[in-house]
Amino acid sequence: MSLEISVVALGLIVLLADLWLPAERKRMLGYSAAAALLLLFLNTFTSHCSCSLAEGPDNMTSAGMFIQDGLAVFFKRFFLLAAVLVLVMAVEFSDRIGAGVSEYYSLIVFALAGMLFAASANDFVMLFAAIELITITFYVLTSFQRGRVRSLEAGVKYLILGALSSAFMVYGIALIWGTTGKFNFQELAQVAGKFAANRVFLFGVVFFLVGLGFKIAAFPFQMWTPDVYEGAPTPTTAFLAVGSKATGFVLLLRFLFTAIPDVAMHWNKLLIIVSGITILYGNLCALPQRNLKRILGYSSIAHAGYVLLGVAALTTAGESAVLYYLAGYLFTVLAAFAVIALVMRHLNSEDLAGLAGLNQRSPLLAATLTLAMVSLAGIPPLAGFFGKFLLLKAVIEQGPANHGYYCLAFTALAGVIISLYYYFGVIRAIYWSKETPDLSPIEISKPMKMAVCFCMAGMFYLGLFPGALINYAAQVVKSLK
Amino acid sequence: MTTLTLIFALPLLAAVLLAFIPRNFAVVMRLVALVTTFITMLLAVKMFWNFDCAAADNDGYKFVATIPWLGSHALGIVCRLGVDGLNVGLVLMGAIVAFAAACCSAEIKSREKEFYILLLVMTGGILGAFASLDLFFFYFFHELALVPTFIMIGVWGRGEKRNFAAFQITLYLSIGALLTLVGLIDLYLQVPAEIRTFDIPSLTRFFVEHPMALASQSFIFPLLLFGFGVLVSLWPFHSWAPLGYGSAPTATAMLHAGVLKKFGLYGLLRVVIPFMPQSAQHWMPILAWLSLGNILYVGWVAMKQKNLNLLIGNSSVAHMGMIFLGIATLNLVGVTGAVVIMIAHGFLAALTFGLSGYIHSQTGTLEMSELGGLAKKMRFVGVAFVMAAMAGCGLPGFLNFVGEATVFFGAWARPGLRLVTVLAVWGALIVGAVYMLRAVRATLHGPLPEKWGRLPDAVLWRKLPYAVLLASLFLFGFAPKLLTDKIKPVTQQIVDMANAQEIATQAATVPSPVTGVSTNGTKPAPGGVKESGK
Repeated sequence: MSLEISVVALGLIVLLADLWLPAERKRMLGYSAAAALLLLFLNTFTSHCSCSLAEGPDNMTSAGMFIQDGLAVFFKRFFLLAAVLVLVMAVEFSDRIGAGVSEYYSLIVFALAGMLFAASANDFVMLFAAIELITITFYVLTSFQRGRVRSLEAGVKYLILGALSSAFMVYGIALIWGTTGKFNFQELAQVAGKFAANRVFLFGVVFFLVGLGFKIAAFPFQMWTPDVYEGAPTPTTAFLAVGSKATGFVLLLRFLFTAIPDVAMHWNKLLIIVSGITILYGNLCALPQRNLKRILGYSSIAHAGYVLLGVAALTTAGESAVLYYLAGYLFTVLAAFAVIALVMRHLNSEDLAGLAGLNQRSPLLAATLTLAMVSLAGIPPLAGFFGKFLLLKAVIEQGPANHGYYCLAFTALAGVIISLYYYFGVIRAIYWSKETPDLSPIEISKPMKMAVCFCMAGMFYLGLFPGALINYAAQVVKSLK
Repeated sequence: MTTLTLIFALPLLAAVLLAFIPRNFAVVMRLVALVTTFITMLLAVKMFWNFDCAAADNDGYKFVATIPWLGSHALGIVCRLGVDGLNVGLVLMGAIVAFAAACCSAEIKSREKEFYILLLVMTGGILGAFASLDLFFFYFFHELALVPTFIMIGVWGRGEKRNFAAFQITLYLSIGALLTLVGLIDLYLQVPAEIRTFDIPSLTRFFVEHPMALASQSFIFPLLLFGFGVLVSLWPFHSWAPLGYGSAPTATAMLHAGVLKKFGLYGLLRVVIPFMPQSAQHWMPILAWLSLGNILYVGWVAMKQKNLNLLIGNSSVAHMGMIFLGIATLNLVGVTGAVVIMIAHGFLAALTFGLSGYIHSQTGTLEMSELGGLAKKMRFVGVAFVMAAMAGCGLPGFLNFVGEATVFFGAWARPGLRLVTVLAVWGALIVGAVYMLRAVRATLHGPLPEKWGRLPDAVLWRKLPYAVLLASLFLFGFAPKLLTDKIKPVTQQIVDMANAQEIATQAATVPSPVTGVSTNGTKPAPGGVKESGK
């Protein structure tokens, strides 16, 4: 729990430091927060955190509300890394935020704290508190550019739909608790089998999944995604795309496979259908888009569908593929958003035309965005390819038992083919657009450059040397069940 | 580092090196690419030369090397390289064509840095795919080589339709590649979870001992056949090829049409047919008829072309039909012939695209109505083009003749394919000759339009790639034993595997594999639901 406490403390320190720091030093504040988080991230590899990978009841504190197992540690590292990169991006973005930059940093840190709690949640109460901490900070983060109507619009949309989904979730929790009388996941798992035919219980489960579906932007709860992605400040969008989505997935994995494993086994049809439609919806809707953030919004829906492939497989292979895919997605999406934050600095909207001549303005950023698109499209030798390979393998493996999985695999392939069109459209806008209105070189600060290069290295590493992470992910998913 | 590792790693390392050279040094880029591909070619020649006396491992592979830090041992993905008689010729051909392609890239005048990086990645990818003994990396390297193709066509392509061509080829080939991926994953999952591997020799051994269930075969085989088929432009999935090659820069067309396309054929021979013999027996007659589509229909389309590059593109598709026919025979003579044509066509396609690229770089057009009489001004190019056309018609002396004749002998030996063979011979000899000779007449002979009066012939060093390719065609054409002696033992194995079970099933009078859907219940377990991830 010390990690979470440190993160919350860091958020408070950032808030307080704002009172004394002169305005011109605020930039340093963001970097310091990022550095502190980086230290915490590195610390997870050295100290108690890694020891606690060993399972056992002694890892649970607070009456089993909080669990520190392999899965939790994996996702905590994931969230910390994402937050570091997002903070660096936020510093770069700070000139566009106007007043309250320090609050922006501290809210990111608080959202991170919520994600860390969510990764360890072993109880509906803990889970709901963590979710609310994340969602409410994101309402603010989304509408942080008060001067921009789009940002406000995005904030309001996110608020209304987010509140609706929270209501669904809390209703679902109430129904589950009402029928089973359990909040704790392990206790619930023992009795869930008995309630498999209980309608009220199943309604509760479905309502709870609706709430999670909103977080991960799965069909049919994806409506908010493109608008919010487009309107929100770019670092917020990046954190939404990576952190918030991954939170949804860690909770989904934990809920399905530790709280109601017996029930989940019978739900493969639902998961197959949701996954397939999400993939097709995201990819098809991305086709006509011209706004880069909207494209990434729809592509993030599609990717939610891909990750759901691994969940739908209902096997350990599928679960570890989910982890692998999310890790690759982290580097890829953050790289893409970092480029957007830098390139679209002086533009009102993130239209594709703004990328024209990028390869002359900054070859590094052009290469980064290209690689990110190639990785999202799932082409070797980048992270996205290996992730998709693992997901497909997990799904096809289940094919002989249920032919729906073959259909799902082919749906995913159709999605990949469709997505090639718009991902290559982005690359085309970078390299061979006719008009190049602005050829001024783009300045990149050192930390940002490092962050971008780090993301690129991550994409290559996961694409070329998948062995280490595959083993780690396989070990992590053992803690489910 | 064995020779083979170097052959595939050098171009990739050079590509990384180029990424760090500032873009003003275009000459350095070109030089690095030329030197790298030249060394690669020499290494490949050396390997080919030493092939007979090199030590083989238990599965008959030579120059085996493992790159331990690539892949994931937990999933049975290990980057292992090795050659046997089947792919040693392909690696040699790929390396030679890569050098020729690098030589022919002088026409690129913008963004040289990116072009040469992509060219080297493509070269490394192709050679890696052919040398890989691991199914995963086999696919991985092919994709690695494929993506540069799309970008090169989009950025440096010619003609107004290049954007359309780039998207068409991207989507078409991605569909083929992804179908293949599903097939390969499913193939991998046929092995019990504890010993799952992508290692081709291990899989071969496994499937010899434990034949795959018919139900799985009848699902995986068409996936792989058509997945690879799209990549090789099997009729009726060929329409991406002519336009794609017509719009591609010279080097890309040479490498793709010459080398990369052979990936699918190599996959069919290495994996699909030996692992799934019953389905192979079932599908091969169908493949033979489809191959007629390539030979006759696409040949006929080629006759109607007005643009030289589209004509060559179509003729290259037509030649694929011959290889498919050879594979469809499933006998030693035919399959060996197919492998020989694979190599011969690699040289030939590179040669014709290289020459048409030269003509294009001098005249700026490839419309045959505007050309004519060029042989008067470009003597060397003219002669080389005539030779290429002759090789394309299957004139004795060129390697193509050896392959085509062998394929026809093989196909005739199979009674079910006699009609196909007769039609294919017509297509190959008459149709092929008609369009090739017409192209020669329209571009090289006849009156020389005045505007081409000052065209220069290729200077000495620009003759080099054409000379190398022609020399290879002649050398192997006169001494095909150099190739066939290496190929034959491997094709013998493949043919034995493909036919052994057919003979066995006929003897046991089990329902014919064509109709027997899942009589065989001893399918290798798809793995327990829970253990599968380990």
